[in-house]
Amino acid sequence: MLEPLQEPFMQRALAEVVLVGVAGGALGCWVVFYGLSYAAESLAHSLFPGLVAAAIAGVPLLLGATPAIVVAALAIALAARIAGVSREAAVAVVVTTMFGLGVLLALSPQSPPGVEALLFGDVFGVTDADLLTATGLVVVVLVGLRLLHGRLLVAGFDRGTARSLGVSPAFADAALLVLLAAGIVVAVQGLGNLLVVAVFVGPAATARQLSDRMLPMMVLSATIAALAGVAGLYLSYYAGTAGGASVALTIVAVYLLSLPAGHLRATRRRMLPAAKVTIA
Amino acid sequence: MPAGPLIEAAGLSAGYDSAPAISAVGFSLSAGQTLALLGPNGGGKTTLLRAVLGELRLIEGTLRVRARCGTVPQTERSRLDYPVSALDVATMGTLSRLSWWRRPGRAERRAAAQALDRVGLGPFAEETFGRLSGGQRQRVLIARALVQDAGVLLLDEPFSGLDRPSAEGLEALIGELAGEGRGVVIATHDLEQARACDLVLCINKRQIACGEPEAVLADVEVLEATYGGAIVEIPGVEGRAILPPHHHHH
Repeated sequence: MLEPLQEPFMQRALAEVVLVGVAGGALGCWVVFYGLSYAAESLAHSLFPGLVAAAIAGVPLLLGATPAIVVAALAIALAARIAGVSREAAVAVVVTTMFGLGVLLALSPQSPPGVEALLFGDVFGVTDADLLTATGLVVVVLVGLRLLHGRLLVAGFDRGTARSLGVSPAFADAALLVLLAAGIVVAVQGLGNLLVVAVFVGPAATARQLSDRMLPMMVLSATIAALAGVAGLYLSYYAGTAGGASVALTIVAVYLLSLPAGHLRATRRRMLPAAKVTIA
Repeated sequence: MPAGPLIEAAGLSAGYDSAPAISAVGFSLSAGQTLALLGPNGGGKTTLLRAVLGELRLIEGTLRVRARCGTVPQTERSRLDYPVSALDVATMGTLSRLSWWRRPGRAERRAAAQALDRVGLGPFAEETFGRLSGGQRQRVLIARALVQDAGVLLLDEPFSGLDRPSAEGLEALIGELAGEGRGVVIATHDLEQARACDLVLCINKRQIACGEPEAVLADVEVLEATYGGAIVEIPGVEGRAILPPHHHHH
């Protein structure tokens, strides 16, 4: 068990998956309840040209990812304003365009070798600088979630009356998307463009089976994501499988294993007597 | 307690764009009064509630609201799968008083717990909102409005989908809350519930009538104009019952 920990690359990879797990797991609960799973996947794919451009220029991936995600968000907002184009269609068009642009760049002669790491992640290639950046972004995500918790809860519960409770649903949506973008930028290094959505949806869906309150669910989801990340890395180390894919598949396996527990819990609750109103 | 009526509207037109969804609305609600807002689906009841909340642009007329309004939506509009307890929902009422970066603390949760006690749901504070009965959920949302320190309660179809005992219990609670000096506006389809209020405002895109229930509800022409003639007599039931178009009990 301790042997992999002797390797510096493994130490950095473990730190990376724990950071990704904490941010992705906590954010993921909001992603699931706000119905943003498709948006999370789309935002991740939209980063691709930025990541490739950063790789070509030899600069940190974050410098490419950030402008790409801003361009994608603006393009989606603009496309959705075209009459007859639904938001879903706008997202699909923009994401396909951005991803296609990324593929064109990736297949160009200037593209450095190893661009597939951007698609599937390179968790063992994480540097100390990457870890520092990831730590900063995870702190931003967690502080953001802490500050916005009450507002996110209200806007997700009943959008129609949120305003009368002093909460703007549009602000809650925008703030959550910004935090999600930051979380994706952190996670894409380890899990890659195509697999990153796993950490935002899988642990949260697992925690949903096991908890009925938002805060415990977020803590549980973050713990599951971090532990699944560590387990995935061990699997990768001993089985010689790809790091990012091993983490993603472990997350999915944990979700599948949680299904019987969730079913059992739901059955037990149904058997409890229904709550009766007591009117004073 | 503010001087004068809690809500005063005169010649009010309001809507979602330049075309008014409601027009020529005029009424006055004083502290301790209950007002039933009667009208068909799509007749403008929710629009009027939103105008009172200040969420819509007024096109014409005046509207003065002299108290904080707490809205109590239909419970079907809330997420029943949401991971929140009754206490969490009641605590949401404290947010408008807090700076955006502050989370509700112990004092806010204590106020929410007291509001749940007030509506008779103290023992259910930790129950998941979606697992409560329809009547209990409605009470939780009333508690949330009480936490907002609302002088006016705006209830949207509060009796929809409730069985008779739950509806009667809720009616008694609303009466008590009005008795404490609050104004209460109840959007409803139910003529019998409307009869129990101090005032009735009939609306169908425009105001049809407003006044005491004995006068307004006795006028067949008013009811026909409000509901477009879809009025049915139910044998064996005292008085007249309304069968609103396209309305389904859940």
